[in-house]
Amino acid sequence: KKELVLGVTREIYLLEHVIRTIRDPEKPNTLEELDVVSEECVEVQELGEDEYLIIIKFSPTVPHCSLATLIGLCLQVKLQRCLPFKHKLDIFISEGTHSTEEDINKQINDKERVAAAMENPNLRDIVEQCVTEPDD
Amino acid sequence: NKFNAHPDSRCWYVAWNPKGTLLASCGGDRAIRIWGREGDSWECKTLLQDGHQRTVRKVAWSPCGNYLASASFDATTCIWKKKNDDFECLTVLEGHENEVKCVAWAPSGNLLATCSRDKSVWIWEVDEENENEYECVSVVNSHTQDVKHVVWHPTQELLASCSYDNNVCVYKEEDDDWECRATLEGHTSTVWGLTFDPSGQRLASCSDDCTVKIWKECQPEEGTDVAWKCVCTLSGFHGRTVYDIAWCPLTGALATACGDDGVRVFKEDETADPDQPAFSLSAHVPKAHTQDVNCIAWHPKEAGLLVSCSDNGEIAVWNYQSGV
Repeated sequence: KKELVLGVTREIYLLEHVIRTIRDPEKPNTLEELDVVSEECVEVQELGEDEYLIIIKFSPTVPHCSLATLIGLCLQVKLQRCLPFKHKLDIFISEGTHSTEEDINKQINDKERVAAAMENPNLRDIVEQCVTEPDD
Repeated sequence: NKFNAHPDSRCWYVAWNPKGTLLASCGGDRAIRIWGREGDSWECKTLLQDGHQRTVRKVAWSPCGNYLASASFDATTCIWKKKNDDFECLTVLEGHENEVKCVAWAPSGNLLATCSRDKSVWIWEVDEENENEYECVSVVNSHTQDVKHVVWHPTQELLASCSYDNNVCVYKEEDDDWECRATLEGHTSTVWGLTFDPSGQRLASCSDDCTVKIWKECQPEEGTDVAWKCVCTLSGFHGRTVYDIAWCPLTGALATACGDDGVRVFKEDETADPDQPAFSLSAHVPKAHTQDVNCIAWHPKEAGLLVSCSDNGEIAVWNYQSGV
C-alpha cells in the first residue's frame, strides 16, 4: 500500500516539475531533484479493518512554490481515485515559509474548501488535466 | 435504517421538519430531496434539482414548517414554499460574494441568518405581508475567515456563528443593527458546528481539533453585556474532525458526527457544580457510515430518534436508548 501511495506521490512531483519547467523556462530543473520523494514522505497507518490513514509530507523542490495549493488538490483528487483501499488522507506541504505553510495545509485538509474549489470550472479543468493519465 | 439519498455524491446535510414527518437532505449533486416515512422505510417525495448551480450545503425548515431555505456554494440562498408534496421557489437571496455555508431560521420565524466563505454573517428580515420579500437588515464581519455555521438561540433573539478562524461569535441586536457581542476563543482549529442546549444557557461547539467545547453564559465584565466561558472540553473521544453536533431538545443528550465515520452520543453526568459540567460517552457507533459523517440531527418529537448523513451519499436513522 505504501508503494502505491509513493507511486502516486512521485507522479505528482513529476507533474510539479513539468509545470514549473513550463512556467519558468529560465530556470531549468534537472530530474535528479525528483529523488526527493523518499520513504519518509509517506506514512501509511492501519486505522482498522481494511482502512488506512495516509499522511503525506510534501516538499516542493523549489521553496516558495506558488503551485503548492494546486499540488495539494491534485494529490487529493488523484489519491481518491487511484487507491483501491479505503483511506483517510492528511497532506502537509512544507514549502519554506512557515506562515503560508500553515495556511496552505489548513486549506488543503478542509474538505469543504476542496469541494468548493473543485466546482470552480477553471480550477477543475487544470486539476483534471494534471491527474488524468494520457491513456485514460 | 440506511438508504442512499444522493447517488454518487456527498450528502452534506439533513434536517427534520418541525413536525418530524419529513426529512430534507441536500448534497454535492446540487439537489435537495424531501423524504417521507412509508412504513419501515423512507421514500423520496420530492426532488428539487434546479434550484442551485453548485453544491447545496445546508437546508433549514422554517418554524411553521411551510418553508425551506437552502444554502449553496453558488453564493445564493433559496427560499422554497411547500405546496402539498411539491416545493416552489419563492425567492433567491443574493449578496454573499462566494459560497454560502449555512442558513438558519430564528424561532420567531421572522428572521433568517446566512453565513459564507466571504467571512460575513447576514441577517434577513421576512416581510410579514409579503412572503416573497426578504430584506437584509445587517451584515456583520466579525470573523476573519470562512464562516461555517450559524445557529439561533432557542428562546432569545441571539445568534451564534463559528468559523475557520477557530472562533465562535455571539450576536445581539442593538438599535436595529446586529453586532458581535462576544468572541469565544479556545478551539485550536476550524469550528464546524454549534448547538444550544434546550434552555439556551449553554452552547456546544465542535471542531477540526477533534474536541467538543461547552460554553456557558457568565457574569459579564463592566462595559459588556454578553460573556461566555468554556466550562467543559470533551477530548480524546473523536479520532478526526467533528463536523456536526446536536443537543436534543427533549432529553438533553448531545450527539456528534465525526470524520472517523462514527456517531457518538454523550450524556451529562449528575454533577453538583453547574459551572463545571461533565459529560460521558453514552453510545458510540464506530462505523455508522463507510465515510465521514457530515451531519447529525435529533427528531423534534420522538425522543431517541436520530438521523445522520455521510460523504458516501447515505442517510441513516438511529434509535438511541439511554439504558440507565
